[in-house]
Amino acid sequence: MTLSALLSHWMRNKVQLAMVLVGLTLATALWSGVQALNAQARGAYATAAALVSEDGAPRLDSATGQMPQARFIELRRAGVLVSPVVEGRVTLGDTRVTLLGIDPLTAPPGTAAALADGDLQGFLSGAGYAHPETLERIGATDMSPAPSQAVPVGTVLVDIGTAQNALGMTGQISHLLLTGPAPRPMPDGLRLSQPETGAELAGLTDSFHLNLTAFGALAFAVGLFIVHSAVGLAFEQRRGLFRTLRSLGVSLRSLTLALAVELALFALLAGLAGLALGYVMAAALLPDVAATLRGLYGAPVPGSLQFSPVWALAGLAMAFAGAGLAGGQALWRLWHMPVLAPAQPRAWAMASGRAMRWQMLGAGLLAALAVALGLFGSGLFAGFALLAAALLAAALLTRPVLALGLALAAKAARAPVLQWFWADSRQNLPRLSLALMALMLALAANIGVGTMVASFRATFIDWLDQRLVAEMTITPRDAAQAVALEDFLAPRVQAVLPLRQVDATLAGQPGAVFAMRDHATFRDNWPLIAQVPGVWDGLAAEQGALINEQLARRADLWPGDSVALPGAGEVAILGVYPDYGNPLAQAIVTEGWFDSLYPGTPTRQLAIRTDDPAATRAALLDEFGLSAQAITDQAQAKALSLAIFERTFLITGALNVLTLSVAALALFATLVTLSGLRLVQLAPLWAMGLTVRHLAGLELARALVLAGLTMLLALPVGLMLAQVLLAVINVQAFGWRLPLQIFPADWARLALWAGLAMLAASAWPAWRLWRGGGGPLLRVFANER
Amino acid sequence: MPLLALEDIRKSFASAEGAVPVLQGVSLDVAAGQVVALTGESGSGKSTLLHIAAGLEAPESGRVLIGGQDMAALPDAGRAKLRRGTVGLVFQQFNLVPSLTVGANLAFQARLANVHDAGFCTDLAARLGLSDLLARYPEQLSGGQQQRVAIGRALAARPKVLLADEPTGNLDEATGDAVFTLMLDLARAQGTGLLLVTHSARLAGQCDRRVLLRAGRLA
Repeated sequence: MTLSALLSHWMRNKVQLAMVLVGLTLATALWSGVQALNAQARGAYATAAALVSEDGAPRLDSATGQMPQARFIELRRAGVLVSPVVEGRVTLGDTRVTLLGIDPLTAPPGTAAALADGDLQGFLSGAGYAHPETLERIGATDMSPAPSQAVPVGTVLVDIGTAQNALGMTGQISHLLLTGPAPRPMPDGLRLSQPETGAELAGLTDSFHLNLTAFGALAFAVGLFIVHSAVGLAFEQRRGLFRTLRSLGVSLRSLTLALAVELALFALLAGLAGLALGYVMAAALLPDVAATLRGLYGAPVPGSLQFSPVWALAGLAMAFAGAGLAGGQALWRLWHMPVLAPAQPRAWAMASGRAMRWQMLGAGLLAALAVALGLFGSGLFAGFALLAAALLAAALLTRPVLALGLALAAKAARAPVLQWFWADSRQNLPRLSLALMALMLALAANIGVGTMVASFRATFIDWLDQRLVAEMTITPRDAAQAVALEDFLAPRVQAVLPLRQVDATLAGQPGAVFAMRDHATFRDNWPLIAQVPGVWDGLAAEQGALINEQLARRADLWPGDSVALPGAGEVAILGVYPDYGNPLAQAIVTEGWFDSLYPGTPTRQLAIRTDDPAATRAALLDEFGLSAQAITDQAQAKALSLAIFERTFLITGALNVLTLSVAALALFATLVTLSGLRLVQLAPLWAMGLTVRHLAGLELARALVLAGLTMLLALPVGLMLAQVLLAVINVQAFGWRLPLQIFPADWARLALWAGLAMLAASAWPAWRLWRGGGGPLLRVFANER
Repeated sequence: MPLLALEDIRKSFASAEGAVPVLQGVSLDVAAGQVVALTGESGSGKSTLLHIAAGLEAPESGRVLIGGQDMAALPDAGRAKLRRGTVGLVFQQFNLVPSLTVGANLAFQARLANVHDAGFCTDLAARLGLSDLLARYPEQLSGGQQQRVAIGRALAARPKVLLADEPTGNLDEATGDAVFTLMLDLARAQGTGLLLVTHSARLAGQCDRRVLLRAGRLA
């Protein structure tokens, strides 16, 4: 009975009910959607790692990168249980994929999970296995692998012989999987490395997932603002009902319980809807997330989403927790409300100056915590804690700062309507403050992330111009063709600059050592962020190596320090170069030294300097019959890199828009629910001679002014966010630091969007006021009787 | 010519049972400096008549003339201008502007109408006993104090017509009497025509004229 009396309020206030449900649904959807994306990606890393090292099989690697196949036979004869693996990148169709060659007869029992239900005969005769998404991407090829969910996206699993042929590694293998005890002593030239468990990839991508989680949490918080706002207002409106029910003998316990049941009902309904919406959202965003993870980390993630019951239960739990958080204050206030509490709606608790002082105190403490974390914290978690503390502090300061701005404006105003406008805006701040906090957070997140991405883009484009100096790049079919190409091109072009590399562990991190030919192309253009004097001469004289920024920052190695290179021991670091978009450690030595350290390493690519790229391309096509994909010109390479960059940050843009939309919805919810209360405030002005049209215009103007002031407040907060992202989070997450650049045009665009969002949020209440003429306002006076 | 003339005013409201007539041909004049008490039972249409007189609500038929100006001939903006400069309204629930101080509330309508006189406003505040309360906000005042501010706000604009809807209905008898007497004195001193809705026969007895509204008609 009590519950039905409580629920009757919502039947008469359907918009309010919709706002509670929509707020909670959106909060649950955004949170659980992000969790679904994270879970899907993490599952994919484990699949990728399991394919080559199920049951934790360790690897035997050659110090020089590859090893002859004879080494495998020699070890098997000596009783060491090993299985050969050949791994490399090839182009199938128009797509670059990882070709993974295994020997199904000696592979660890679980390794070839993909073969469990397959056709071994077919596999041995050249057909392989690939994830259905990989198959879709590569289309029809000579290889025609069969579909298998057990193979990670972007990888084709084939028999070792097929892989050797395709990769030009006849008689060579990449590494050995150890399926029995490790040999003692370790054979010469081999080293034991621990199995990949997915932890390496997971470690690299942790920051990305933490980013997504932070966005999800932000959106969840913004959604809860809507719910809190609507539930708080409903509480105020039902004060009279509470008093009546208590007077009629309903115990406080029953009333509180009924209110809790009401909240739980909302949580259940909105939680289920949120889960469905979150699933749809995650499925829609997954292709972009997968592209981002491939672009940034080379991580294989399928683009189709799988449903998990654990995820669904966790999402529902979040809906209940969110409803509890948003409605907890109402329950607490009910529990402490005297039986004869005044029925007249009064200002919300936050309206009191005391609440504002508490907010300012909280903001001060959080700001101090943020400063302390900035000064003394380290690591990704400290970085995100800093961000959270600073954003919360800024959110808590929103109302006091806006109140100050409005008070100053009121003092400066002379006209009576303007004076009322500013004073009234200030008086309504407590009711609007939660929604304005949500807007401020969404705008700051947009400015911060937008500035970070734009700064990154500007730096990245400069860097690309420096790195992609060569007019064209050729990918030879195999080592023999690389030699033939170099011989052919040497007399015809300005320079041929071969690219050779071996995989290596550098300062404990997975990475590679590269060869660099001593040439003006590199001396004049290769960007460096730190260097010793005479860096290029030193490099040419084999006095040391260049390392990439990721390695430098993660291992804290800088010019003057040294790094251990396989086969070369400790090598002096001569310079550090930026290397955006690559998650792995790198070192560069001069070509001659590289060849002596790692003899027989095939050339992977040839960079060509030429005055006439078209003629060179034509000559190459004539002489070698190279495929179009094998020759990449500079413009193509830049366009491809930029396309990957833009795709990488698509997900960020999508989440930015979603967060801003949720904030706009929070404002709409608040303004709609407050529109009834506003009539009481506007009616006297109408009676004193302001037209309804004038009042509706002032309501719209107020929304714009508040959006503008909130945007002004969000600017420094957003720039702080950008600086923390660039100087702390990016360094921890990706290993590179970028300079902060300012993009006022982007801010102007965002301000416009914020204004439009605010206008959209306030348009309906203003339109209703205008359309109603004096009717609704007159009822304020009529209700007095 | 009367300051306020209501001619054959008719008004009905829609209900589930159909149109319910509230005013059925009411005609009433208020002259300059005259105080007219409008009495009647609850639901007899007193407040509706007052709202129509103020131009807040339109009659279905009949005319409202303020200073000879026909309200029906004016657009919404014109009616708003007339309310701003010619009519003062006092409500039972005071309806002060909560975001403005007492001083700003007192001066508000006069400033809207561009007739603000700081000296007059100060004198008015003193006569209303509000001089020490000018920096306070409405929520910091008692009911009697708030009603005095509402009366002061209406009179500060020196309206030709003052319409008051049960201005003492929410006050205790002593406070109500004091507020009523003050309003009468001020209105008479300014030559303002006052139409006052009241349930109190005692207060109505102090007015120049008393009219009774019964079943939508003047008795």
